[in-house]
Amino acid sequence: MSTSETGADSGCVAISAAADELEALQTCVASAMTRQSYGEHALFAIRLALEEAVMNAIRHGNLSDPAKTVEARWSVTADSAVFHIIDQGEGFDPSAVPDPTLDENLEIPSGRGLMLIRAYMSEVRHHGLGNHLEMVFRREAAA
Amino acid sequence: MAAETSRLRFSLQGSVLVVEFADRDVLDEAAIRQINSDLVRQIEAAKVANVLICFRGVEHLSSAALGTLITVNSLVKKRGGQLRLSNIKGTILEVFRITKLDRLFQIFESTEQALAAFPKG
Repeated sequence: MSTSETGADSGCVAISAAADELEALQTCVASAMTRQSYGEHALFAIRLALEEAVMNAIRHGNLSDPAKTVEARWSVTADSAVFHIIDQGEGFDPSAVPDPTLDENLEIPSGRGLMLIRAYMSEVRHHGLGNHLEMVFRREAAA
Repeated sequence: MAAETSRLRFSLQGSVLVVEFADRDVLDEAAIRQINSDLVRQIEAAKVANVLICFRGVEHLSSAALGTLITVNSLVKKRGGQLRLSNIKGTILEVFRITKLDRLFQIFESTEQALAAFPKG
């Protein structure tokens, strides 16, 4: 983890399948956000989005292959928090993910991670084949 | 009946199995897998069909935890009972609203209100 001359806290980690690596990432990001005086709701939103994004990358991207890793890059400034979550899978078509809020899908136990990310983040973009997720949280949007 | 696992506490209140969380975060997948299996085991062993899950003290939960609740809801319904949820903090309630799961689950402010709303007899 580092702090740049622009005041951004940033870092990059490779996560395999271990929960403690994700926990360590979340702790680092939460500390950076606290240093930038983000509020509790922002911390809640980022923690949830990171959990969902990294777990999706491990489970659906890397198919839980312990030999594969997920790269997590993050940067937190006073105005925004930006995350890049990149897995080593074959990618996917985000538009093909079923809407879990439809009545017929409401009792399906899985498939809510991406919609929660979209609900809590200001911007969500998929790059490449879909295995590179960019999430941006803008402070003013969360006020 | 009163029982406790490393992550859950179970008690019997009248004809309702009441479940409480020991952890403030219900996020990580291994923990949720254990919660899922503890819940299913206790519900299947219970002599009552109705279940109340109290979220007092819970600060975070993930979509995997929501999946467990949906699985438990199906199991409880299959056994002829009802599942109720209570004491859900505002930030977590928002997660239920975003996912529209507040339409699937019966959610109450307090355990007392939830217990009183179960069918009598």
